[in-house]
Amino acid sequence: MQVKLKVRRYNPEAENPVAYQQEFTAEVEAYSSVLDALMYLREYVDDSLAVRCSCRGAICGSCGVRINGQATLACKTKVVSVAPHGETITVEPMGNMPVLKDLVTDMKPFWDKVRQVTPWLQPEGLEPEGEYVVPPESMTHLNGVMGCIMCGVCVSDCTALEVDSNFIGPAALAKAYRFAADPRDGESQERLRALNEYGGIWDCTRCMECVEVCPKGVAPMDRIMALREKAMAAGFTNTYGARHAEAFSDSVKEGGRLDETMLAIRTIGFFNVPKLLSMAPVALRALVHRKLPMPSPFHAPIPDVHQVQRIFGRLEKKL
Amino acid sequence: MKYAFFPGCVARGGTPELYMSTVQVCRGLGIELEEMVSASCTGAGVLQEKNRKLGDTLNARNFALAERIGLPIMTICSTCQGVMSQANKRLREDAGYLAEINEVLAEEGLEYKGTTEVKHLLWILLEDVGVEALKRHVVRSIKGLRIAPFYGCYMLRPSDALGFGERPERQHALETLIALVGAEVVDFPGKSRCCGFPILTINERNSLRMVAKHTGEAKDLGADAMVTPCPLCHLNLDGFQPKAAKQRPTGIDLPILHLPQMLGLAMGMDTEALGLKRNIVSPKKALEKAGVQM
Repeated sequence: MQVKLKVRRYNPEAENPVAYQQEFTAEVEAYSSVLDALMYLREYVDDSLAVRCSCRGAICGSCGVRINGQATLACKTKVVSVAPHGETITVEPMGNMPVLKDLVTDMKPFWDKVRQVTPWLQPEGLEPEGEYVVPPESMTHLNGVMGCIMCGVCVSDCTALEVDSNFIGPAALAKAYRFAADPRDGESQERLRALNEYGGIWDCTRCMECVEVCPKGVAPMDRIMALREKAMAAGFTNTYGARHAEAFSDSVKEGGRLDETMLAIRTIGFFNVPKLLSMAPVALRALVHRKLPMPSPFHAPIPDVHQVQRIFGRLEKKL
Repeated sequence: MKYAFFPGCVARGGTPELYMSTVQVCRGLGIELEEMVSASCTGAGVLQEKNRKLGDTLNARNFALAERIGLPIMTICSTCQGVMSQANKRLREDAGYLAEINEVLAEEGLEYKGTTEVKHLLWILLEDVGVEALKRHVVRSIKGLRIAPFYGCYMLRPSDALGFGERPERQHALETLIALVGAEVVDFPGKSRCCGFPILTINERNSLRMVAKHTGEAKDLGADAMVTPCPLCHLNLDGFQPKAAKQRPTGIDLPILHLPQMLGLAMGMDTEALGLKRNIVSPKKALEKAGVQM
């Protein structure tokens, strides 16, 4: 069968190095992957087309690209799944990283961020004579995250990285969790302290793009949420993020539904006058447009709020 | 057609115009609403950061309240919809977990059997009211308007909790509705991205960059307005647009409509009743293009 592809091309060594879209038709089988189609093009149509790949079995993590706007592994994506009725398939390089040529991106920023989280075990105490022995059940929570193949797909579609290259990003944070939550690691406290800094765990927007695109089910955002919980439990509560989580929880507990105005004030901090003042024009505009919610004590609780409060009482973990 | 109406905290707080326009549009379409006044916040994913089980129990309580009156829940917020869909999936797929949570609910005289459906107004319009019935209600042409969609993350992700397997058309529901009311769809990559609201008080700079990027991109593609089914996105894209606009030399000035505001306009409703004067970025100029006076 034939498949039509629109491939983003870019050659930095060309006379006029600008990116452009090129349309191709590839001869494939019904069971072929998008990578098979790209390899066909490189073999038989245009040998200048740059594609990075190796195992062709979703193990090596080399062939990350954007297919129809979403990052994925080209080898794991069947042609028929993205073009069931013969639609044209758009293939572009991954986002949030520089393009070297055509579909090949520079992974250096990716690896730099992974190195930033000290991605190795730092056990405490004397080195044992043999291996570091722990019960298997104390490691099961790490099985999912250890499935990461470092393909960069989550980083490609991260919405926070899109606006701030300083953000450590989902892959490196998932790796950070892998060690911070390892029972053999002795540096968890220091790791969590570092992850609370600007560019760390609190800059994730919880948009779930990384969860959606990860080809190995690592769910990086869930690991970031687990790191937040760990950091708060470890006493790192003096951040906007931690105050936001706590104020949110208190607000729901007190009234059953959110008191948005107080949530913002408590997150920013009552005595953080410059930041509170910077919000004043926004609040004033909302007031003029009759949409500034009344804060406590004017914020009425829901009927039966005592039910919500009792549920909190039974299940709440105090920081 | 009757639903247990779950407006969510923001439609009852910072975006009263969403609540007003929802009530107007549902009345116009003959959708009966029974508001869940005793329902609690879903936790919005924030509560779940600290304690997922607590979040799931609060949602199970809301589901049980709807189950008791035998109605499906209607949401008008992408975040509420997404968080409730995820909680409902966990509860329905794990009988042991549901039993554990029911133990807590039992002390409040409640039990969740796992039967409550949770649907966003956007899906109700296309799936329950139906395209043909909607077309009959479209009496005012807004043909000249170019509208960009903006979903809100939790209306699209995680896809396995949102019923996309059985209903893949949900992934394009907003575009379908824009076209149905006679406006032109301005498609752009930012439609599925994050509006920045969740980090507004945590990292305002990044949050405002997201506002400027998405609204600016849509504006550059010729959009007259943007429409969103999420009041949290609305708070950021509309309320913080004047602040974010300082990042662009040409400014932004893109009105952001709530989903029922757009539909209400096409249904010939009064702009005052749809709360359009409460939007921070005035839609006046855009509406004039469609021959609607504010």
